[in-house]
Amino acid sequence: MTNFGRILATAAASLAIAAAGAGAVEINALFMKQAGYSEADVTAMTEEYAKANPGVKVNLTFVAYEELEPKILAAAASGGYDVVLGDCVWPPKFSKAGIVLDVTDRLKAVDVKDIFKGALDSVSYNGRYYGMPWLNDCKYLFYNKRMLKEAGFANPPATWEELAAQAKAIKAKGLVKYPLAWSWAQAECLVCDYTAISEGFGGGMVGADGAPALAAPANVKALEFMVQSLADGLTNPNSTEMIEDNVLQTFVAGNAAFALNWTYMYAGAKDPAQSRIAADVGIAPIPGSASRKSATVNGGMPLMITKGSKNPDEAWKYILYLSSKPVQKKYAANALPIWKSLFDDPAVAATNPEVVAVSKIQYDYIRNRPQVPYYGELSTELQARIQQALLRKTTPKAALEAVQSVALKLAAKK
Amino acid sequence: MVEKNRALDAAKFVFAIAVAVGVLAPFAWMFVTSVGSARDLAAAPPRLAPSEWNLDRYRAIFTSASKTDVAYAFRVAMGNSLVVAGAVTLAALVAGGLAAYSFARLEFRGRRPLLLFMLFTYMAPPVVFVIPLYALFEKLGWLNSRAALVLLYSSFVIPFIVWVMRGFFASISRSYEDAAAMDGCTRLQALWHVFLPMARPGFVATGILAFLMSWDEFFMALVFTSNLKAKTISVAIAEFNGKFSIDYGMISAGGVLASLPPVIIALAFQKYIVMGMTSGGVKE
Amino acid sequence: MQRRNSEGAFALAISSPALLIVFGVVLFPLATTLAYSFMNMELISADRGSFAGLRNYAEVLGSEAFWAALGRTAWFTAASTLLETVLGLFIALLLNETFFGVRFLRTIVLIPWAIPTIVNGSLWKWIYNGEYGVMNAIMLKLGLIAEYRSWLSDPFAAMNLVVIADAWKMTPLAAIFFLAALQSVNKATYEAAVVDGAGATRRFFSLTLPYLAPTILIVLLMRTVEKFKAFDIFYMITKGGPANGTKVLMYETYLSAFTNLQYSKAATYSYLFVIIIAGLTALYVRALDKSEAGNG
Repeated sequence: MTNFGRILATAAASLAIAAAGAGAVEINALFMKQAGYSEADVTAMTEEYAKANPGVKVNLTFVAYEELEPKILAAAASGGYDVVLGDCVWPPKFSKAGIVLDVTDRLKAVDVKDIFKGALDSVSYNGRYYGMPWLNDCKYLFYNKRMLKEAGFANPPATWEELAAQAKAIKAKGLVKYPLAWSWAQAECLVCDYTAISEGFGGGMVGADGAPALAAPANVKALEFMVQSLADGLTNPNSTEMIEDNVLQTFVAGNAAFALNWTYMYAGAKDPAQSRIAADVGIAPIPGSASRKSATVNGGMPLMITKGSKNPDEAWKYILYLSSKPVQKKYAANALPIWKSLFDDPAVAATNPEVVAVSKIQYDYIRNRPQVPYYGELSTELQARIQQALLRKTTPKAALEAVQSVALKLAAKK
Repeated sequence: MVEKNRALDAAKFVFAIAVAVGVLAPFAWMFVTSVGSARDLAAAPPRLAPSEWNLDRYRAIFTSASKTDVAYAFRVAMGNSLVVAGAVTLAALVAGGLAAYSFARLEFRGRRPLLLFMLFTYMAPPVVFVIPLYALFEKLGWLNSRAALVLLYSSFVIPFIVWVMRGFFASISRSYEDAAAMDGCTRLQALWHVFLPMARPGFVATGILAFLMSWDEFFMALVFTSNLKAKTISVAIAEFNGKFSIDYGMISAGGVLASLPPVIIALAFQKYIVMGMTSGGVKE
Repeated sequence: MQRRNSEGAFALAISSPALLIVFGVVLFPLATTLAYSFMNMELISADRGSFAGLRNYAEVLGSEAFWAALGRTAWFTAASTLLETVLGLFIALLLNETFFGVRFLRTIVLIPWAIPTIVNGSLWKWIYNGEYGVMNAIMLKLGLIAEYRSWLSDPFAAMNLVVIADAWKMTPLAAIFFLAALQSVNKATYEAAVVDGAGATRRFFSLTLPYLAPTILIVLLMRTVEKFKAFDIFYMITKGGPANGTKVLMYETYLSAFTNLQYSKAATYSYLFVIIIAGLTALYVRALDKSEAGNG
């Protein structure tokens, strides 16, 4: 079926879903508009679910990522939405605020051993689970094969030092003005990048005991690496304004040799209609260092049930359907499954062979951003301070120490 | 003496040109961006006049049929904004107009404190009201409803109208109403038959300002609506930016369309707007 | 006496729909938000719902973030209001003259004001774009810069660019205020001054400016209060960044509520805001009274 035909069918199906089931159980579900599964995908999945469950009507809402949290917050108490898609850093915050249901018992019926550990960790807090992993995503290292070859490199870098060296060589050869493009705008994407880099250097924002450890030497080293790459002219100076879509734009225009981004960039970069470098796209695990082979940031998004939902059982049934193996297998083109076993499935591998191959390696190194209830404020503070360091308003050490003291204060609050 | 005048005249003309360019250029640039090809846009430096005119983006917005398409959502949002702004205008004209009349021309106890409260309501930022109201509206099932938006908008448009139209209404001569009263007219009749015709420009201004304020509002629409049943154009534009974050041509097309109603109204009814905002300062 | 009473009753009767709408919508949240500011309403706190007295206010007033945000808001307000007032004044003077095309100019001058704030933000964000923006192109052509720069990446520059974007939209408002005042001026005084030999500059400083003083004051105060509320344009162009460079009071409040789940903090910010606004409004009203008394 052509894309247009698919869209038409989806539209017709949505109308059908809407028309059917007057007086049926109604569930309101909130999803995101960008990245991961497309709106058409989610609508199709829902239509299939509705067909199999005639007594249920699912109302879908799609909003931009920035609107997701305000909407969930505002709707939480009274169950305006039953099922909500959340970012993997929200379960601790939401569970402490009493916004989402504890689903630990419900999960007992699920084959959790087959779910990637990083994904499962992200929905847990204090030993209980608050959602079902659904959208599985992490960042990868994308690189321009042609530029590397012309600079004389056969393989993508394995460590951050190597990356800097390769970038220097590429720049020296005049292949591209700024070999590195990052999403370092003052937004969540900055913390995502920083997590990947700092973990790769052997650091981590939260220590083994769960206490904040932001000013640890490895973390400082990571930030110094970032600042230095700007100073050396390796990093595109626009990076401090860019979000992931801008990174995509820069990369596909052939204006970057390396970039970190989510799975979705692969499809965009390989599409000759949008991309000038479709034939030269390479994907690899994110580099590490002597301390750690690789590290990437978990960008998965779980499905959660709101505290005020009036149909929690029906909501959970819907969630189980969306995250079930057959459905995840069918829509694997836009987002890889949460189930480890599916990665060995030839059908899944066929949808995206290169990405699947890399992800098998990368998933062992997924790290989470701090799973703490005060993550919102911590992230806001971290974004501001890291930017100050990047813009040379303060030193990396001072910036991280400032965040650490804020984090300690937040952790001490009840 | 003549020399000085000529220099001044020349300076005036240069300044006039500068103002014209300053006023028109940014908007014109948005239009140029919306019809330029993708290649033109990615060129740096950009071509100031597009090599090929391309109305495809507008076509997409006007004809896309898929319910999940952002262009379709844009159209619907535009319709919502029209409905909401229209209803708010009506509320502003009737409730606000009447209230402005009474605050401007009638004596009653508590007039001054009420007036100050009206001003305060207009001046307070929406964030003060939003969270408790959201919880309340949700319990009442008033979310995603255009009627609820109309109610919310009226709550800050009416104070603005009352405050701004006061001066104008107060400046209209009372002699006709007094004459009508002596002839035995009730207050209501005097208001309807005598005052209204004289104050008509003020009411037109009220309506226009109410419409423009309503069209412009963003924050409350962002919080209180999430689906196409009530989403307004401001929210749609913000989403447009999120969805097409790198397709500046599409964003610009959306921006041009979203600006057309208020710009056309401003151009057509400029006299009334000026009069309304400056509270009839032109009257002798 | 009878008439006065019935006048009062009539007045309240016809204003009742308006009063109902406004009070109905506004009183409940005003009261609730005030209550929140005296309680612990941090959604992630175990103590949620407990009474906190003045602790929230003490915390906010003692926090660097609040004063920094206030400072930025003050800068934004002062810079953009000043820009609008001065430019608006000169444009009004220009529009008050007669020359070829002045009618046209008077008509189009309202266009920026009519453009919705969100569209305006989007438009200027595109103009300032670091890689494809037309501002970079023009500056490059004029030789002001050697290569494209990411202007919005620098906190101070970003703030001032937002100032320009907002001032562009709002200057027409100042201009029409001043123009209306200018057009009601007594021409005879000016003619007398010309006869007395006063040059254009002298006329401006001795006649025009004093005459416009009350209007200038009103414009300044009105714009100040509006600027303090500014949120939409920051949401569109910078989202509070870079490095918090454009995180004004409203934005800080928004983040407190919707990202940090700190409803009591947001409520406290809101009420401090309200106090500031109330103060400014009082000044505004006093100035208005004075000017109304002056102009009769």
